[in-house]
Amino acid sequence: MQIKPILAALKRHKAGTVLIALQIALTLAIVCNALIIIRQRTEHLSRPTGMIETDLLTVANRWVGVDEKATPSLGKTDLEALRGMPGVVDATYANSYPLRGGGWSTSVNITPEKKKEMAHTTLYFSDDHALATMGLKLVGGRNFRPDEIDWVDPKAFDTTPVVIVSKALADKLYPDGSALGKVLYHSGATKPSTIIGIVERLQVPWTGTWAGNFAENAILIPRLLTGNFGSYLVRTQPGQLERLTKAAPALLFKTNRMRVIPDERGVRTFAQVREQAYKSDRGMAVLMGVVCAVLLAITAAGIVGLTSFWVGQRRKQIGVRRALGATRHDILSYFLTENLLIGAGGVIVGAVLAIGMNLWLVSHFEMERLSLLYVAAGVVALLLLGQGAVLAPAMKASRVPPVEATRSV
Amino acid sequence: MFAYYFQLGLRSLRRNPILTALMVMAIGFGVGASMITYSVFRATSNNPIPQKSGQLYAVQIANWKTDDLDKGEPPSALTYTDAMAFMQAHKAKRQTALYPIAPSVIPADASRLPIEENSYAWYGDAFAMFDIPFLYGGAWTQAQDDAHAAVVVIGRKLNDKLFNGANSVGKTIDLDGHDYRITGVIDEWNPQPLFFDPVNTGGFGDPIGLFIPFTRAVDLQMSTAGNNNCNDTPGPGWSNWIHSECIWIEYWAELPTTADADAYKRWLTGYAAEQQRAGRFKWAPNVRLRNVTDWLDFNKVVPPESKISLLVSLGFLLICLVNTIGLLLAKFMRRAPEIGVRRALGASRREIYVQFLVEAGTVGLTGGVLGLLLTGVGVLGVGWVFDEQIARLATLDASLVLLTLIAAVLATLLAAFYPTWRAAQVQPAWQLKSN
Repeated sequence: MQIKPILAALKRHKAGTVLIALQIALTLAIVCNALIIIRQRTEHLSRPTGMIETDLLTVANRWVGVDEKATPSLGKTDLEALRGMPGVVDATYANSYPLRGGGWSTSVNITPEKKKEMAHTTLYFSDDHALATMGLKLVGGRNFRPDEIDWVDPKAFDTTPVVIVSKALADKLYPDGSALGKVLYHSGATKPSTIIGIVERLQVPWTGTWAGNFAENAILIPRLLTGNFGSYLVRTQPGQLERLTKAAPALLFKTNRMRVIPDERGVRTFAQVREQAYKSDRGMAVLMGVVCAVLLAITAAGIVGLTSFWVGQRRKQIGVRRALGATRHDILSYFLTENLLIGAGGVIVGAVLAIGMNLWLVSHFEMERLSLLYVAAGVVALLLLGQGAVLAPAMKASRVPPVEATRSV
Repeated sequence: MFAYYFQLGLRSLRRNPILTALMVMAIGFGVGASMITYSVFRATSNNPIPQKSGQLYAVQIANWKTDDLDKGEPPSALTYTDAMAFMQAHKAKRQTALYPIAPSVIPADASRLPIEENSYAWYGDAFAMFDIPFLYGGAWTQAQDDAHAAVVVIGRKLNDKLFNGANSVGKTIDLDGHDYRITGVIDEWNPQPLFFDPVNTGGFGDPIGLFIPFTRAVDLQMSTAGNNNCNDTPGPGWSNWIHSECIWIEYWAELPTTADADAYKRWLTGYAAEQQRAGRFKWAPNVRLRNVTDWLDFNKVVPPESKISLLVSLGFLLICLVNTIGLLLAKFMRRAPEIGVRRALGASRREIYVQFLVEAGTVGLTGGVLGLLLTGVGVLGVGWVFDEQIARLATLDASLVLLTLIAAVLATLLAAFYPTWRAAQVQPAWQLKSN
């Protein structure tokens, strides 16, 4: 296939050539960046929390008109009532839980030095029922003993002698895997806490990018927080979840009616918690996906439209070429090559645009760098799209009969 | 002539239905996507108090060492110590310290469950500062602030719930077991974003329905229902906490003129210098006064999703326009013979311009109608991507309808300029000869 005559012909169709190339370039730039957004948003969707998420109920609770000092006895009464319910396997009280959105974050170190932060982590304040209720898998050490549990004023919390940590944090603090029995200091702690247990996995309450570098660093503290706000977690027997979604709050009100369980997001199954936590991520990914699909369709349609017009314009020339001995295949490959040339110009500009746009987004938003693999994939996809789009008009062109040459000139 | 060209335009649209459909869809999708994302952006970047946004200032002071600050900016909240010093100095026309609290209303009727209401503790000045309209009664007085009085201002919704909408001024309500006398009931007041406290609300949320004096809330040791940030452990107990360097209070000053603001800033810098001399701050004064719009900007109230999706959809619209230019070019140039005939029969270039621009406008308008439909559907689906609190602010109102149509027509006309120019350049002799 000779490229020179194609280039010569394109020079006579500067506007159309530039328009198609521009469209391909812009599409490549936007699709690449949309793909990065999709990847960024979806990569954590399937991240396990470390809990057994089925048959788990969460109830947000706020006591009304009580002194902070009274909350331990109220909490104990509630927990006893919940644990005594038919269909309940276990229940616990905590300041927060994975994917909840709000919680306690702090820095942690293995020496009491304040300055250096070895890792960032979340603190979950709960009791010896936390492991069973949340369904966490202990991979080393032991659970808390009931005599290690106490209530503490969050503003006066300093440290506890023992803690359970997630494996991710244990490995971060003691990379040689010897964390069990060793100590850690979280920010503000004056005394060390001994790691008595390690759970396989435990996610932080947040799903945002900012928490991405400590997403699985968690410490379980054997203390329940006084203060009037916290969440009950209830593990139910299989098939009992739906019934308990109504029965558990009803029982709590029966135990003590001076409390508020918010109407919105007060009582949620963990499936609902997960759905709400990732709603905007999933929505954004779907939105970007739709934008990409529509964009590619529109670009393809534009190529079909303009090429059809060119074929219509050049019927006579095609007829002449056919009359002079060009085969149908020659005509077909002429248009395919022409499109490939325009497409190549477009994707070169587009790749530069995509990277430039990504750099700008990275500097203004919490965006990831665009990997060249994505650009390469985008380039191939757009070139193929162009070839696919041009195929129909090119086939039509190849069917122009040689006799066309004799008409009207 | 316009009506005739419009008719011609409609007729020509029907001539190449596929090409026309492509263009209409491109315009429709491009404009629709842009308008949906714009509706969210418009809602989130709204100025909630335009008449006063330049006179209200959020006050910031660096009470932590530079290492603990984010990019050297003073934190977005104050300590109790500083907030009280500012209140006592009383250097602004009006001022208030504020923080969210979480009391529950205990209905007098013992059969009803306690009600949770979004609540704030602040000073009586705040009602006038923030232009809050009253349905009954009014704000509590400064004397009541000073007396740590058990008074309350409630919202219309709570008043409806507790008193069936009657004038409840002078009556008492029970908050967490303490009685409060109602001094006023506020009418609908729901600025979005919630500019006075984006730090704790994220900027969007349900209306605030209950306010009590700051001084009273502190007496009752009500802790904040929002963020509390400490760079060091405050030590046990309430007293240690409020006298610590923990930050949890927002502070607003009303400064009507720029001169007032300058004077206030000078005073604020002086205060910080004094703290430095006293040894509390071991760094040079680092203070900020930000008006409402700057404050919302600083706190990044417009979610990044909103900005990114707006940018992406504008890029999408741009591609749709490039696409439309190409298709219009194909469509117009295909009619070169017809143009040649018209020109030969005496039509001026200007006539050709008008005819083809009107035709393009017709395409634009049709695309706009499609875009409007898509916007309507899309606005309903905003809740898919954005928080419920934000999604409900995105609405298809008259101005958005108008904007959609105007944007579609203008964009198409813009796209049509080059193809029209090419059409007008057609040489009549050439066309006549070859046919």
